[in-house]
Amino acid sequence: MRKNPITRLIGAAAMGAAAMTLVTGPVLAKTELTVYTAVEAEDLKRYAAAFNEDYPDIEIKWVRDSTGIVTAKLLAEKNNPQADVVWGLAATSLLLMKGEGMLEPYAPNGLENLDAKFRDSDNPPYWTGMDAWVASVCFNTVEGKKYNLPVPSSWKDLTKAVYKGHVAMPNPNSSGTGFLDVSSWLQIFGEKGGWAFMDDLHKNISHYTHSGSKPCKQAAAGEIPIGVSFAFRGAKSKAAGAPLEIVVPSEGIGWDMEATAIIRGTEKLDAVKKLVDWTITEKANRLYNQGYAVVAIPGLAKPVKYFPAGITEAMIDNDFEFAARNRNRILTEWQSRYDSKSEPKK
Amino acid sequence: MANLTATESAGRVRPKLGRDDWAMRGLMVAIGLYLIVSLALPLYAMMSKSFEIYAYQPQLIEFQVNEGQGWRPVLNALDLGEELGVLKRGELVTTADGRLQATRFFPDFSFLSETRYRIRNTEPASGGFMIRGTRIVHDEWVEYSSGDFRRVTLRPGISTGLGNYLSYFSTPALFTSIYNSLTIALISTLVTVSLAFGFAYALTRSSMPFKGAFKAIAMVPILVPSLLPGIALIYLFGKQSLVLKVLQWMFGEEAVAGLWTSLIQGAYGPTEIYGPIGIVIASVFFTFPHALLIILTAMAIADARLYEAATALRAPKSRIFWTVTLPGARYGLISAGFVVFNLVITDFGVPKVIGGQFNVLAVDIYKQVIGQQNFQMGAVVSVVLLIPALIAFTVDRFVQRKQVAQLSARAVPYEPKPNRRFDNLMLSYCGLVAVFILGVLAVCQYAALIKFWPYNLSFSLNNYNFDVMDGGGWEAYGNSIRLGFYTAICGTALVFLGAYLVEKGRGFGYGRAGFQFLAMMPMAVPGMVLGLAYIFFFNDPANPLNGIYATMGILVVCTVTHFYTVSHLTAVTALKQMDPEFESVSQSLKQPFYRTFGRVTAPVCAPAILDISIYLFVNAMTTVSAVVFLYSPDTTLASVAVLNMDDAGDVAPAAAMGMMIFYTNATVRLVHAFLTKGVLTRTQAWRGR
Repeated sequence: MRKNPITRLIGAAAMGAAAMTLVTGPVLAKTELTVYTAVEAEDLKRYAAAFNEDYPDIEIKWVRDSTGIVTAKLLAEKNNPQADVVWGLAATSLLLMKGEGMLEPYAPNGLENLDAKFRDSDNPPYWTGMDAWVASVCFNTVEGKKYNLPVPSSWKDLTKAVYKGHVAMPNPNSSGTGFLDVSSWLQIFGEKGGWAFMDDLHKNISHYTHSGSKPCKQAAAGEIPIGVSFAFRGAKSKAAGAPLEIVVPSEGIGWDMEATAIIRGTEKLDAVKKLVDWTITEKANRLYNQGYAVVAIPGLAKPVKYFPAGITEAMIDNDFEFAARNRNRILTEWQSRYDSKSEPKK
Repeated sequence: MANLTATESAGRVRPKLGRDDWAMRGLMVAIGLYLIVSLALPLYAMMSKSFEIYAYQPQLIEFQVNEGQGWRPVLNALDLGEELGVLKRGELVTTADGRLQATRFFPDFSFLSETRYRIRNTEPASGGFMIRGTRIVHDEWVEYSSGDFRRVTLRPGISTGLGNYLSYFSTPALFTSIYNSLTIALISTLVTVSLAFGFAYALTRSSMPFKGAFKAIAMVPILVPSLLPGIALIYLFGKQSLVLKVLQWMFGEEAVAGLWTSLIQGAYGPTEIYGPIGIVIASVFFTFPHALLIILTAMAIADARLYEAATALRAPKSRIFWTVTLPGARYGLISAGFVVFNLVITDFGVPKVIGGQFNVLAVDIYKQVIGQQNFQMGAVVSVVLLIPALIAFTVDRFVQRKQVAQLSARAVPYEPKPNRRFDNLMLSYCGLVAVFILGVLAVCQYAALIKFWPYNLSFSLNNYNFDVMDGGGWEAYGNSIRLGFYTAICGTALVFLGAYLVEKGRGFGYGRAGFQFLAMMPMAVPGMVLGLAYIFFFNDPANPLNGIYATMGILVVCTVTHFYTVSHLTAVTALKQMDPEFESVSQSLKQPFYRTFGRVTAPVCAPAILDISIYLFVNAMTTVSAVVFLYSPDTTLASVAVLNMDDAGDVAPAAAMGMMIFYTNATVRLVHAFLTKGVLTRTQAWRGR
């Protein structure tokens, strides 16, 4: 059988293509990392793109959810971990995981550049910090005017009768922001005073939300005049055109750190280490600084647009160990006190 | 051979079992096994999980103290704890992340003292203890200075018992949900069934125009996820109420303010759309078509002779309604009632979006599992939710069995006579319902296109930029469509074959009865429960089927199983219409069953097969409850994205995605209508003869 020229040409092309695949195949094979995170969804693309500029052969597969949920998910998968690395989760949560023996200690290159607060105390550290994420109150000025609400200036202000039904806050059981609020109140006002404060606040709360950003997004959309949330979210919504004022309560504000850690048992340790090294570089810190005013490398941060003034000074001296050790007790107590807001009317 | 002798000795004449029969039985057993693996075993795994408890195990911990005069005798932590009142036997249950500080056992502890402490975990596999977050996994004594000892905490270990149920029923935040769920389901059922009855009455007993259009509009809620009406209600009646804004625009702000305040401040205290009222309205929206379909079927078979007799006896219209119409529809009404009750009590989308602080069972499961990853408590709530669902299901099956005898062979179909006043009344009623249904969709579409509600009302497509939001972006939408097709194809094949075998197979009575039972079971199992059961069953590394966890495969299996029953019933109904002679004839012609199946049965039942596949597709697109526990980063779904975006406060994008689901389903539905028409002319020409 004689082949006509076209058949031959196609055959040759097919061979060539096959050869190309053979040659380029292994080069193109990307390492895929499953990265658990609680970083805001809109930032994930940016983070991955910046990382891929330096490491194009490592592909990031994000699994994102609220802090509480990512934490709980990781704990639930303890015996059969699905994640390779955690990039952007509350340090209190990572402390909890360290306790369960789920983290792989690692000293990334450039560790010495970090603020001592922004790393685990063990050596090599089990986690390294990225940036601080701080509590704030989002106040919708348009809605506030409608209901004649004064702008609150302190946490105690929020317990005033005038705000009844006008405040939303995240449920600490599912939201990391909610938990840092509660743990900061217990540290600011003391154990007894903290619960008393929350009892009063509870009377004014319209509803508790599942996610920490929702109260602020709801305040931005006018669904609620006041949302207890975090500064980053407020600044973002303000930039989107929401009539918001971001209030830094005078007693001080709770904060937590977004941090990075390696999950013990990952099969891709080399790629994971590259990623962790990268997460504490200056480049990465500048990236975090686009949304967060306080980052791990000292002296690097520039002011962030729409962020309220004096936020660094207002951050309380947070005791992470207190928070991690008492997490379960605080959450159980919180649930039994406030999680049945709508009991049937008697 | 043994079988044959057994038959002979029984003295009955039974057809000899051929290769066909064995093949059919084998296939039936295979599909039955599928149902056992995809339903019964996961449920069993869930039940056992609900008895798994985390509790501190102080009986396994020992302390020793040295205050400078040498080591004191060994102390058992449980005895010590009981003595001090720190612990009580039987009250040691906690959650997986529970921690108990070791210093609680030493009331006069001071971290500055010179006292030294020793602690030992006698059973390293148990919960044990940890220091500064690091677990000690051996059974040797560990010695600490007081400064270090204050960092020691006890961890809980796993055991079995009723502890979870006890703590469920002693936590008001949890068990009040039972009351809430039942109330909501009852009220929604009453409202939906009444509304649907009115609608069905108009469609069957009046001669108003546009019946076809009304029926089509009434079916629209089936095409959207149940989250969508919740989102629409937020826009309509939330704090930035669209209704209020429209009223203000029409009548001026002052005129409306009074009315609005009196509505919001209602007679029974402040009312809000977030809470029971919102749940009921949204539940009515999404259950309406289900109730309507059942009631319509019941009312369509009315006997005109009864109406003639009543009119001849000069019974007034109202009397006819109470003595003829209503009794005729009673089984349909009861059945619709139970179906709606079941849908509402097991639904999770509506209360999640608009429930506010009003806790219901389905959301509790979600909160326990997704919010706190307290799987044991999630399993307990699931078992609790299973009970009302099972009761409603059983009663419904019982009532449906009674329905059959209604229609006698001599019945004459009822033809409504025109009556202008009555027809206009019915028309305006149906018009109102239609406006409400379409209004909900219109509001969602409007909200999706607004740039920043309510402060920037210019139009923009920003909300369609799903990739920068939670939920998986446009990829989730593509995944949903894939899931829809896979479910439709695999599900239809499986369900129809199963129904064929059970309907047309001969003998093997117990096997067939068992199969029928298995096929009915999925309907009684709420989606949330099924999804949770799948986690327990398939995420167990010891399960050989563990490989399908976190893949598209598990989503397909779960969705097919979740919607198995209705598909199965549709198939059985279609098959029952076929004369068993076909099988006898083909058998006497020595044709294998698969040939009859492929050449006769399947083509004749083509419309039913198409119906099943469309039903599965649409439900795969809209379902949230089961798959919310099972999706993975690679298999995010559009319906779950709606939920997650709403959860994060991105309500407008959630509405946008919800509407994408609606358009997809509507398109598929239209294609289906055309296909059915084509298939009908090609395969159903015999019906015309």
